[in-house]
Amino acid sequence: MGIEALLDMTSGVVPDRVATGSTTRGRCFADMARRAAGGAALLTATGARHVVYLGVQSEVFPVAVYAAAAASLPMTPLNYRLPDVDLAELIGRLDRPVVLADSEQRHRVPVGVPVLTTAEWFAHAAEAEPAGPPGNPSDVAVMLFTSGTTARPKGVLLRHDHLMAYVLGSAEFLAAGDDDCALVAVPPYHIAGIASVLSNVYAGRRVAYLADFTPRGWLETVHREGVTHALVVPTMLARVVRHLDGAPADVPGLRSLAYGGAKLSASVLQAALAAFPTTDFVNAYGLTETSSTIAVLGPEDHRAAFASDDPGVRRRLTSVGRPLPGVEVSIRGEHGREVGPEESGELWVRGPQVSGEYAGIGSVLDKDGWFPTRDVAWVDAAGYLFIDGRGDDTIVRGGENIAPAEIEAVLDRHPGIAEVAVVGIPDEEWGQRTVAVVVSSDGDIPDAEGLRAWSRERLRSSRTPDEFVFRPTLPYTPTGKLLRRQLVAELAARPTAS
Amino acid sequence: MTEPARLTTGARLRSQVCSTEVIVVRPPKGAVELTCGGAPMLALDAAQPGGTATPEAGLDTGTQLGKRYAIAGEDDFEVLVTKPGVGSLADGRTPLEIKAAKALPSSD
Repeated sequence: MGIEALLDMTSGVVPDRVATGSTTRGRCFADMARRAAGGAALLTATGARHVVYLGVQSEVFPVAVYAAAAASLPMTPLNYRLPDVDLAELIGRLDRPVVLADSEQRHRVPVGVPVLTTAEWFAHAAEAEPAGPPGNPSDVAVMLFTSGTTARPKGVLLRHDHLMAYVLGSAEFLAAGDDDCALVAVPPYHIAGIASVLSNVYAGRRVAYLADFTPRGWLETVHREGVTHALVVPTMLARVVRHLDGAPADVPGLRSLAYGGAKLSASVLQAALAAFPTTDFVNAYGLTETSSTIAVLGPEDHRAAFASDDPGVRRRLTSVGRPLPGVEVSIRGEHGREVGPEESGELWVRGPQVSGEYAGIGSVLDKDGWFPTRDVAWVDAAGYLFIDGRGDDTIVRGGENIAPAEIEAVLDRHPGIAEVAVVGIPDEEWGQRTVAVVVSSDGDIPDAEGLRAWSRERLRSSRTPDEFVFRPTLPYTPTGKLLRRQLVAELAARPTAS
Repeated sequence: MTEPARLTTGARLRSQVCSTEVIVVRPPKGAVELTCGGAPMLALDAAQPGGTATPEAGLDTGTQLGKRYAIAGEDDFEVLVTKPGVGSLADGRTPLEIKAAKALPSSD
């Protein structure tokens, strides 16, 4: 029995509740279940061994996820923004795929690969005769490619029992009220897009979609659809805050705003807390390999930290909270030895939702089931988890390990800085030297000397950036991950450093 | 004879004596004989019919939709009621208890 059980359970109890779309014109859970069953038969009939989803967020996506599960076929949503050549390469790695593609994307599927158009498949699914044996819980339910910001994309295998352990361990069955509505603005190929399909169906919560994010469109959708719960990646929240420009968001119906997927700058969070004064904030931390969220900083944590004068409590606003029940964390330093509170090391995690398995590579769990996240992290005495960024991003300058996050956090507090990224570029003398790439706030361009002095007052001298570079923007993926590799390449390719 | 259903995470079971259905949230570490109304629970897709049995006296207080049930004093085994009924859930003949819901904030 796999993740399709979630839809079966909810549609069995509240068949007529609206599952997707608007309250007046949306589709109910019974409709979703009917299409998932019929859609499974259509997928089975193609003889394919793998389902690819190439399209934007819509009511079709959850039906596709549950249909693939019911047909015992792994589902891989792909990034429709990838260039054709990359798309073809990823599709080429899959075993006998069938592609469900939006009509705008259909022509991009390589010749010879069977394609069904999402709208047509969705329509036919309502009439197709359901069929197909139940799946095996150890089968792969979802395979997601990592975003490839640091290396070639890897296919993460999430089996039914990982995803079920996550949903059953982190959400409550039918916890949503009739007036609840979640706004999904993350794309289908992001782990949060998968998690929202599972959690919201299990909770019985109506979902509205925003396929192309703009700050104005997001705020309008929150108003129009009566959205009570939303999840955003940090770049989205930063754009909403900038769009509001100090004005209140004026969305009293929005009860919960979750953010995650990358680090949110403290200044954006402060502005967001002010713009959404009646909304509960939730910081969710997780990885694709861990079936999404493994730690949350909840609304009470946010309020307590925001109101506290104790710096040890206040800094928890920059933490990712505490691990979910069922998830164990361990911070390991040199030679894999576990370190104590306040000491930084690599974050390892363990639990039934943790996959740690890649297509063509296998499991990277150790013999006791621990997964190395490659994130640099530490915990405080109360167990709050702080993430200092990817281990791959660590700068080694003159033999000293420097986490960019530490320097970025200091510079982020400078009033003249809107965004900042600190990277290491090759240096003959130091091995690497630190470069702070700065986007200045409007109308207030800081000078490099002033920033150097600001840093020197707050950081030890070896961590004061060797160089400041100003840019109009920083490069991000559409899901908010900073493209550090691109920054490093651009900086290293300059004719001579100034 | 009744084939005991496997109690793995995500496994779904049904009662032989009433409309109760459950899903396993957390598998047991040791041996558990999951019963409803005094009769062993079956896999949801098991071939045998629900039968005409009625819940035994003392095991007939019913199940509540959406509640989690566990063995008193132990925290490894947990099932969730996805359809309610009139039988009581038990480990053998020892009734399970309702667990308080964890109030985790929604992050999806």
